[in-house]
Parts: sequence; structure tokens; C-alpha cells
Amino acid sequence: MTASLSSVSVVFGREFRAYFATPLAAIFLVVFLALAGAMTFFVSGFFARGSADMAAFFTWMPWLFLVLLPAIGMRLWAEERRSGTIELLMTMPVAPWTIVLGKFLAGWAFTGVALALTTPLWITVTWLGSPDNGVIAAGYLGTFLMAGAFLAVAACISTLTKNQVIAFISAAIVTFLLVTAGLELVLGAIRGWAPYWLTEAVAALSVLEHFQRITQGLIEAPTLIFFGSLIILALMINTFLVDLKKAQ
Amino acid sequence: MTTLVEARGLKKRFGDMTAVDDVSLSVARGEVVGFLGPNGAGKSTTMKMITGFLEPDTGTAEVGGHDVWRDPTSAKAKLGYLPEGAPAYGDMPVADFLSFVGKMRGLRKAELTNRLAEMAERVRLTDVWSRPIEALSKGYRRRVGIAQALIHDPDVLILDEPTDGLDPNQKHEMRNLIREIAPNKSIIVSTHILEEVEAVCSRAVIIASGKVVADATPRDLVGSKDDGRAIQIRIGSPEEASVIEKIKPLADGAELEVMERMNGSTRVLLRYNDKPEDTRAIETRLRSADLPVEEVGIYRPRLEDVFRDVTTRIH
Repeated sequence: MTASLSSVSVVFGREFRAYFATPLAAIFLVVFLALAGAMTFFVSGFFARGSADMAAFFTWMPWLFLVLLPAIGMRLWAEERRSGTIELLMTMPVAPWTIVLGKFLAGWAFTGVALALTTPLWITVTWLGSPDNGVIAAGYLGTFLMAGAFLAVAACISTLTKNQVIAFISAAIVTFLLVTAGLELVLGAIRGWAPYWLTEAVAALSVLEHFQRITQGLIEAPTLIFFGSLIILALMINTFLVDLKKAQ
Repeated sequence: MTTLVEARGLKKRFGDMTAVDDVSLSVARGEVVGFLGPNGAGKSTTMKMITGFLEPDTGTAEVGGHDVWRDPTSAKAKLGYLPEGAPAYGDMPVADFLSFVGKMRGLRKAELTNRLAEMAERVRLTDVWSRPIEALSKGYRRRVGIAQALIHDPDVLILDEPTDGLDPNQKHEMRNLIREIAPNKSIIVSTHILEEVEAVCSRAVIIASGKVVADATPRDLVGSKDDGRAIQIRIGSPEEASVIEKIKPLADGAELEVMERMNGSTRVLLRYNDKPEDTRAIETRLRSADLPVEEVGIYRPRLEDVFRDVTTRIH
């Protein structure tokens, strides 16, 4: 067990630093903050709303993340396969799941850094009014969980290709489907021919629904279980796919 | 002698192609096995199965007494592996990369510091220690690959083409390094440089089309083909075909074989069923027939000849 924990943390350390080894991290953070700011202030009219909350900010997170998390996740495995370093990794005396988990946690922590950099917004809101800090904290928790789910899916998909661009686009499509699963747009398209249970199953996959509830301050077990199981399931598939695809 | 690597009946198919077909191999401590074969013969695939990277369709592999598939962690702990092309994380400085591998291999702080220092000196990486790997020359990159395979001082070392792309001096250094570390380890080195096998390996295993076709010391391999019943003639004429036609009747009963053509001279082999007549008699006969003979002598096969012989015969 200690050996597993130590290999998770060694992989985590390397991967987390790897984000900052290239200008990618800086570009990512700047793009994220610029987009989040632009959406919050100009599109949602943060000041015009006259309300001391961060709803104008959180509303945009699913849409921003479905582009940005695939960008964080795309290199995790595609790059290992392209450069052949996967052969080094998979011949280390550690369980493969520890490598999968270490990589995932590194990407997730990086997302955490990006989110932490948005706290000036929270400070602004607190300065201007007296917001419900519980709701804002729940919003951050929900955003972070959603980021984890998207990242786990993106990491999983990046095992399937050696090409980061393909990994990015495929992951963006899948996360897009996860976000829109509960929308009438999608449900209406399948309700006509699919059995009731399938329509319900697709609706249950809706990230948006769970996300909206948690950003309203409702931290409920089904939401936590939803994001938690999505992450765990994606990581398990990830471990399986790494083993399947590593030598191709 | 302790056997550190034991592979039995390894088989691997990729689609319709059988890459490795029933390969068995056992390597004792202190042995350096040269793994030879034409490109695509299945060398890398076999090595990948022994390292546990690739699962065989059938067959087993043990490293240091641990089954690579049933107890992968223990088996992999005994192993240092340089994959083909020496992959590494290009954005990492040499020191960080080696320290990452060391930590993954379970080295503790003090031990890691010692081993890093030893690698820097032994594999001669001090000059590039804090440079990113992608900025290094091919020779240095290969050395980083060797250093990561050696960082935990493993019992078993599997090196896939460690000298590929190195200049002659670097090759020489790499061979010296392998010789230095050899006595306490089992080493498998794949290569297609035959002089390398003669220089560092205590055993040569040749595989072709996924099968082991020879397994012996380099000396025995050469010896097996050296029966003293063949005579080698070097002729220095561009019109070799006509010359060879003229040699035939003079070589009473020998089978004639053209070995190689090089710089305008051709090596021709006369294979006799019995001990051949005196080479000087043949030479005199050929010269008096006014043939452009440069040299006549008993044929002593080289490893290269054996290699070509065993790897082309089965096609």
C-alpha cells in the first residue's frame, strides 16, 4: 500500500511539473482566466445584475471546461505512446492503476490552480455585497468535481491515440455530449425512437443538471456520487485501455 | 550458476503475422547474451515479453525467479530495461529524469543520491547533468537511457540496441561499460552489429522469423561452420562470371559459391566433401590458367557468414 501511494505521488510530481515545463500551462491559465472573465463580465453582465453572487461565473464553467479539460488531458497518454516512454512507465515495478491515478491527480490539481486564480472574483463579490459564501463554496466544489469528471474522460480518451489533436477533439465531443445529455435538444432527438429507460438513462448522465443543483448550494449525495462514480469509472476504463493499447 | 532469466515457449502473433514463435531462452548470472537477427525477426518483441511490457500469447517468462505475469511487480523490480530508441521525457533535465526513474523504482533518498552520483560518473553524464534531455546529442541520450536502466543496480539488464546510432568511439565506450557491469548481472543485448557480439557477449542467440536458429558462444558458432573443408579464393576481375566458369573445371568436384563482391574483387568459396588438396597446388593451377587470382586460402568463417547462413536458410 505504501509502495502504491509513493508511486502515485512520484507520478503526480512529475506530471504536475511537466505542465509548467512548457509555456502550455501559462497559456492555458491566461486563456481560462480571460474567457472566464469575459463571459462573467461582458456576456452575463456581472455588474448589471446587481446581485452579490457568482452565478454569472459558474454558469459558464461547463462550457469553458468542455474545451479546456480536453486540452489538459490530451497529452496524458497520447504523448507517452507517441514518444515511447510508455514502455518505461509500464515496466516499472508498480501497479498500472497508480500511474493512471497519479497522472489524473496532477491534471486535476492543475485545474485546481486555475480555479484558485479566479478567487479575486470572490473577493470582489464579497467587497461589493454580502454574498452567501456557502453557495459560492458549493459552486467551487461543483466546478472542481465537474472538472475531475471531464479530465478523467479526456485522459481515458487520450489512451486511444498517439495524436494529441485527435485526443483533444474526441474528448471535447464526448464531454460536449455529457454536458448536453439532459437538454431537450438531445433528449428530444432520442425520445422518438428509444425506449423510455434509455431516454431516462441518457438524461441521468446530464452533467449540467447535477452541476446546476450544486451551484445553487445543494450539496446532495446523488450529485457527489454522480461525479465520483464518473471519475472512478473513467479511471478504471483508462487503466484497462492503457494495458490494451500500450504496445500498439 | 544462478539462472536469472528464463523464458519458455514464448509466442506472439500480431494479426496474421507470427512475430515470435516458440522462443525459449535462459540466461545465467554473469552471462552477456547477444541477441541477433535481421530486422523484424522478433528481437524487440521477445525482449518486450521478457520485460513484462507485452503479454505473450503462450509461454512464460521469469526474471530473478519471479513470473513476469503472475508477479509482475517483483519481476520488474529485478529488471533494468532500455527500450528501442531510448525513449525519455524530453522536457526533463537529465538529473530530474533519472531521479524520477529512481523513485519509481523505490529508491529512498540517501540511496537515490548515491546512485545518481554513481550514474553521473560511471555513464559520464556530469557535463549534461542539468540539461533537458531533448537538447542532448544522440550519444548522450543513449547514455541517459542506460543510466535509467542501471539506476537501481538491477540483476537483469535488457538493452534493445544500445549502440544504435552511436559513433565508433561512443560504441566503444558503451561496450566497455557493458563489460564492466557484466560479472554480476544477466544481460541481454540486441544488436545487428556482429563485431559487437564478438567483443562483449559470452553467448550469441540468433533469431530469424521469430525462431531461435542458433544459440552458442560466438566462438562455437564460428567453429561449427569451420570444418576446414572449404577454400576461399579472391579474384580481382570485373568479369567474374567468365572467370568463375573457368575455375569450375580446375576445382575437381568442389561446390562453388560466390560469397561477396567488394571493391572490384570477389570472394569465391570452394566447398569440398573431403579435406581439400593443398591450397598452393590450387593456386598454382589457377595462375597457370592465367586467371586473375589474388589470394587462395583455407576458409575461416566469420560470425557474419554464420549469421547470413542461419538467417537466410529458413526462408
